[in-house]
Amino acid sequence: MSGLLSRRDALLALALALLIALVAWRFPAFARPASLGGVFTDSSILIILALGQMVVILTRCIDLSMASNLALVGMIVAMTNAALPALPVPLLVVLAIAIGATLGAVNGLLVWKVGIPPIVVTLGTLTIFRGLIFVISDGQWINAHEMSDGFKALPRLTVAEVPLLAWSAIVAFAAVAVFVSRTGTGRALYAVGGNPDAAVYAGIDAGRTRCIAFVIAGALAGFAGYLWVARYAVAYVDIAGGFELDVIAACVIGGISIAGGIGTVVGALLGALFLGVIKNALPVVDVSPFWQLAISGAAIIIAVLFNARAERRPGRIILKRAEQGVAVVAPRPLQGGSMWGESIRAESNRGESG
Amino acid sequence: MKIPESASAPRALPDRSRGWLARSATSWETLLLLVAITIFLINMQASPYFLDPWNLSDATFNFTEKAMIAFAMALLIVAGEIDLSVASIIALASTAMGFAVQLGAGTPALVFIGLGVGLLCGAFNGLLVARFGLPSIVVTIGTLSLFRGIAYIVLGDQAYSGYPESFAWFGQGYVFWVITVEMVLFVLVAVAFGVLLHKTSFGRAVYAIGNNPTAALFSGIRVPRVKFVLFLLTGLMAGLAAVCLTSRLGSTRPSIAVGWELEVVTMVVLGGVNILGGSGTLLGVVLAAIIMGLVTFGFGLMNVPGIVMSIFVGLLLIAVIALPVLGRRLVSLRR
Amino acid sequence: MSLEPHGDEKPLLTLAGVSKSFPGVRALSSVSLSLFPGQVTALVGENGAGKSTLVKILTGIYWPEEGHLSIDGERQSFSSPHDAAQAGITAIHQETVLFDDLSVAENIFIGHAPRSRFGLIDGRTMRREAARLLERIGASLDPTARLRDLGIASKHLVAIARALSIDARVVIMDEPTAALSHKEIEELYELVETLKADGKAILFISHKFDEIFRIADRYTVFRDGEMAGSGLITETDSSSLVTLMVGRSVESVFPAGSGHLGESVMYVKGYSHPTEFEDITFSLRRGEILGFYGLVGAGRSECMQSLFGVSRPSAGRVEIDGRELAAASPADAIARGLVYVPEDRGGQGAITGLPVVGNVALPSLGGLSRRGFVAMAREFALAREYTTRLDLRAAALDQPVGQLSGGNQQKVVIAKWLATRPTVIILDEPTKGIDIGSKAAVHAFMRELADDGLAVIMVSSEIPEVLGMSDRVIVLREGRQVAEFDSEVASPEALVRAAAGIDEAA
Repeated sequence: MSGLLSRRDALLALALALLIALVAWRFPAFARPASLGGVFTDSSILIILALGQMVVILTRCIDLSMASNLALVGMIVAMTNAALPALPVPLLVVLAIAIGATLGAVNGLLVWKVGIPPIVVTLGTLTIFRGLIFVISDGQWINAHEMSDGFKALPRLTVAEVPLLAWSAIVAFAAVAVFVSRTGTGRALYAVGGNPDAAVYAGIDAGRTRCIAFVIAGALAGFAGYLWVARYAVAYVDIAGGFELDVIAACVIGGISIAGGIGTVVGALLGALFLGVIKNALPVVDVSPFWQLAISGAAIIIAVLFNARAERRPGRIILKRAEQGVAVVAPRPLQGGSMWGESIRAESNRGESG
Repeated sequence: MKIPESASAPRALPDRSRGWLARSATSWETLLLLVAITIFLINMQASPYFLDPWNLSDATFNFTEKAMIAFAMALLIVAGEIDLSVASIIALASTAMGFAVQLGAGTPALVFIGLGVGLLCGAFNGLLVARFGLPSIVVTIGTLSLFRGIAYIVLGDQAYSGYPESFAWFGQGYVFWVITVEMVLFVLVAVAFGVLLHKTSFGRAVYAIGNNPTAALFSGIRVPRVKFVLFLLTGLMAGLAAVCLTSRLGSTRPSIAVGWELEVVTMVVLGGVNILGGSGTLLGVVLAAIIMGLVTFGFGLMNVPGIVMSIFVGLLLIAVIALPVLGRRLVSLRR
Repeated sequence: MSLEPHGDEKPLLTLAGVSKSFPGVRALSSVSLSLFPGQVTALVGENGAGKSTLVKILTGIYWPEEGHLSIDGERQSFSSPHDAAQAGITAIHQETVLFDDLSVAENIFIGHAPRSRFGLIDGRTMRREAARLLERIGASLDPTARLRDLGIASKHLVAIARALSIDARVVIMDEPTAALSHKEIEELYELVETLKADGKAILFISHKFDEIFRIADRYTVFRDGEMAGSGLITETDSSSLVTLMVGRSVESVFPAGSGHLGESVMYVKGYSHPTEFEDITFSLRRGEILGFYGLVGAGRSECMQSLFGVSRPSAGRVEIDGRELAAASPADAIARGLVYVPEDRGGQGAITGLPVVGNVALPSLGGLSRRGFVAMAREFALAREYTTRLDLRAAALDQPVGQLSGGNQQKVVIAKWLATRPTVIILDEPTKGIDIGSKAAVHAFMRELADDGLAVIMVSSEIPEVLGMSDRVIVLREGRQVAEFDSEVASPEALVRAAAGIDEAA
C-alpha cells in the first residue's frame, strides 16, 4: 500500500481539522489537548464499532445488528458481574469478546452457509438479539450500585494519562489495521468486495471470508458492549438503540464504499471522530443537542455525494489525445442498480452453462 | 445459400409452459396463505378473545399503517432500491401537521400538509438516488437521520396535540360496523399498488429495472424517471401513514414510528419480494402484512411483551428465507 | 512454429470421458483432452460448444459428473479453485479476474503471499519477488502500482506473472488477444514461447485461425459439448477445422441484396465524444447495410451507443428522416425509430430474468397499453407474432430468456426491436458467440430487413461477414474514421491495413 494516507483520508483529516478550527475560533478551549482528548475518549466506542462495520462493508455486506449485539453482550456481562462480583473484570472482557464473536458468527454462518442476503440476516438478528435482552433480564435494569467497582472503574483507569477506554480504541485500531493490511484474510476482504468472481479464481473462499468479517465485527461489538455498560454504569434493553446508524454514518463519512472493496482503517477512524467532534461541539457552541441527528444526516448525505464522485470510474479512453493527462471523466451510462446486492446476484448466476 | 435445416416450418410457441394450477400450487403466496391460516388457527386455540370482531378490528391497527407503506416499498424493492427513511418521513410529516395545527389549520389542510411533506421527502430521496445515481441504502440512512432530525429541531422533546375532532376520523373512525377507515384505506392502497405493479406498463418497467437496469435502459425505459416516481410514491404513502397514525394517536412527537422502517422491510421480504430486486407480488405482501398482524395480535392476547414478539418476527424473517434453500438442499442430497 | 511436437509425448494433463450437465443443458458429453508439456494445444469451437465449461472444470470451479482428470498420470479431485491452483493449473481470461484496488504485487501473490515470522504478509519480499517475475516476462511494471491504473495488456502480464508465481504447469489462455493491439499481440506470442520453453502445457482458446496456426502445436475441436476432433496442427487446415466445428462444410456465402437502395434516411456529421471517438461522419439509405469494421476497442460500440442515447456526445449533428435527433436517453432514440441491438446480449440486450413475452413486448408497451394499463392478450399476441417470424426455439412464451441458447436469446432481442417498427437498426456484433446455423439465419434475416426498407448498421469484427453482408464499410481506428470502402471493391487486406494503421508512419 503506497503511502500511509490515501488522498481521500487526507482530505477528510483536513475537513476534520477545519471543523475543529471552526469551533475553536469562537471557543478556543475546545481545541486544547485535554478537550480534544476528551472528544477522542468519548468517541472510542463508535471508533471500535466503525472498525468492525468497515470490515464487513469491505466484503460487500452490511451488519445492522452491531448495536443489538453490543447491548445483549453488555447486559450479559453486567448481569454476570452483578451475580458474581468476584470474577475478575478482565475475564469478563474476554467473555464479552467471545460472546460477541459468537453472535457475529450467527450472522456470518447464515450469510455463508445458507446464502441469505446480509441485510435480511442482520435485520432479523437485530430484533432477535435485542429481544433476547428482555428475555434474559426480564425487562429489569442493572444499575450502577449492582455493578462491582472494578467493573465500572476499568475504562476510566489511565495509562500514561490516557484512559483505558481511549486505549481500547487505539488498540482496536492497530489490530484491525494490521489484520487488514498484513494478513491473507485481511487482503482477501478487499478482493472479495472488489471482485468476488475473481476472488473465487484466486482460490479465496468468499463465503468464509465474509463469515470471518462478521465474526470480527461481532467480537468488536461485544468488546464495545462491556465498555458501554461499564462506562455508563447501566444496562437495560434499549441501550445503544439506533447506534447502528451512527456506525454506518461513520463508515460512509470515512469513505468506505457501500459497494465493497474500498475503504481504510484511517477512514473509519476519521469518520467516527468527525461524528464525535460534531456531537461534542454542539453543546460548546450552544446548539441544542436536538440538532445532532439532522447534522449527522446531512453529513452522511454530503459524504455519499463526495464518495460517489470519487469512485466514479472514468469512461474508456480511446482517443489518443485524450490519454495524455487530460483528466476527462466521460459521463458513465446510467446504471444505478442496487449495489449492495450485486455480488450475491453474480454468484447465483454462476451456475450457467459455459 | 444454405440455411440450416430447421426441420419444421415456423410454428407458434405456446403461451405458458405450465398450467394455472401448477403455477399457483408452487408459489410463495400459497405458502404464505398456509402460514396465515395456521397462525389464525393457533390463535383461535390459544385465546377465546381472538374471534371477537371488535378485537380483530382493533388488531388491524397494528399493521394497516405499516402495510400502506409496505405496498409502495415493495415496488421500490422490486426495482432494486430501498428506502429506510420512511419512518422518519412519518415523524417529519406528523411534526409538520402538528405545527400547522398550532397555526390553526383545519383537517383538509392537515391532510394536504401530511401528504405533501411525504411527497417532498420522497422527492428529495428520489433526486439523490435517481438523478445523482447514489446508492439508495446509504442515502436513505442519511435522510432517515436528516428528516427525523428536523422533526427534533422543531419539536425537541415536546409534543403537539390539539388536533381538530374531524381529523380523528382517519385513524379512529369506522366506515361500517367493525370496518375501520384504516382498513378501507389498506384495501384501496393494496388494490391500487397491485394494479400498478401487475397490470400497467409502469409495473412492467419496475420488474425490468429490478432484473437488469442496464438492459432496461437499453430497452427504452426511462429508468431515472421510474425510480424517482417510486420514491415519490413511497414518500406519499409514508405521508398517508403519518396522517392515519397522528389521527389515531391524537398527538405528535418526534419519536413516533421509531423502528417502523425495519418492520416495513420485513413485511415486504416476508411477502416474497426478493431483497435484491426483480421479483415478488403484491398479494404476497398483503398476506405477509396479515401474518404479521395476526402474530402481533395473538402474542398480545397472550400478554407477550412487544419486544419478545419482535424476536419471533426476526426468526420468521430468517426462517422464511432459509427454509426453501435448506429444503432444496435436502432434496438434492437425497437424490 | 514447430514442425513436430518437441518434448515428451506423455501428456501432462489428461481429461477422459468428462461430462457435465446443468438444468436443461448438457454442456459436456464424454469429452477427452490431453495437454503436453512444452506444447500449445488450441481449443476451437463455437460458443455453447462447451469451452468455458471445460475451463471451469480445469480450474476447479465445477466438477464433472462423469470422467476424471489426471495430472502426470495421477487422478485428481478438486473441491475448489484453490485445489486446482495447488495442482498447478492456472488460467488467464479475457476479462480481468484480478483486483483493481490491490497493487500489482498483491495481485500476483494474492492467496499465496510470502509470510514473515508471525504469519503476517511480508510486503518487502512480495514486492521483490514480484519485480523478479515481471522482469522474467519482460514487463516493466511497478510492483506497487494499483491495478486500476493499468491498461488491459498490462493486466494480462500481471496475470501471467501470477501464473509463474504459483509455478503453474498448465496455463490456460482464454481469448487473450481479444483486446490487444498488434504490438501487444506479438509480445504475447513471445511470452507463449517463453512458457513453452519452460515446459508448461498451454491450452490456448481462440477463434482466430491465423493465430492458431501461428502458435499451436496441437488442436482440439469441440462441437455442441462433444469432442469433434483433435490432432497435430500440421495435419490440418482452416477449412477442415471449420468443418469439424460445424459438422458440415459451409461455404461463406452471404445472402445477396436486392440492390434497391431507397432515399437517405440518416445523416451523421462531425459526431464526437470527449474520450471515445471523434468526427464520425456518414449517411445511410433505406435498404442499405452499412458495416463498421475495426479492431476491438476502436470505438465503434461507443459511437453507436452514443447515437442511441446511452452516452452524451460533445459535438456533432445527427438527423433521422430530415429532423435532428438529440437523444438524451435510449427512449428518445427509440421514439425516433433508431434502435440498437447490443453486443452484450445477456447484460444489455435481454433481461434474462424475465420471460420471452416480457422481453419482446418491453419497448412496445406504450402501444400495447391503454392509459397505462397493459392488455395482456395483445402483449402475448405481439410476442407470438415476432417470435414465430424469427423461428424462436423455446418451451413457451413465458420461459425466462436466461434459459435459452445464445442464438435464441439474440432472436429475442431482435424480435423486441422489430416489434417497434424501427427506421434504423444498429446491430453490434450480431453473430458473436452464436453457432453457425443461427449465424446464417441472422444474416438471412438482416438481408430481409434491408430489403423491406430498413436502414441497417452492422458493427462487426469478422471480415468475411463485414464484406459479405454490407454494401459499404466504414473503418474506425482509435476512435477516428479512417476509411470508407465500397464492399464490392474492398479487399480484406485493405480493411485490416486501415484498421491497424499499417502503412502509416508511426
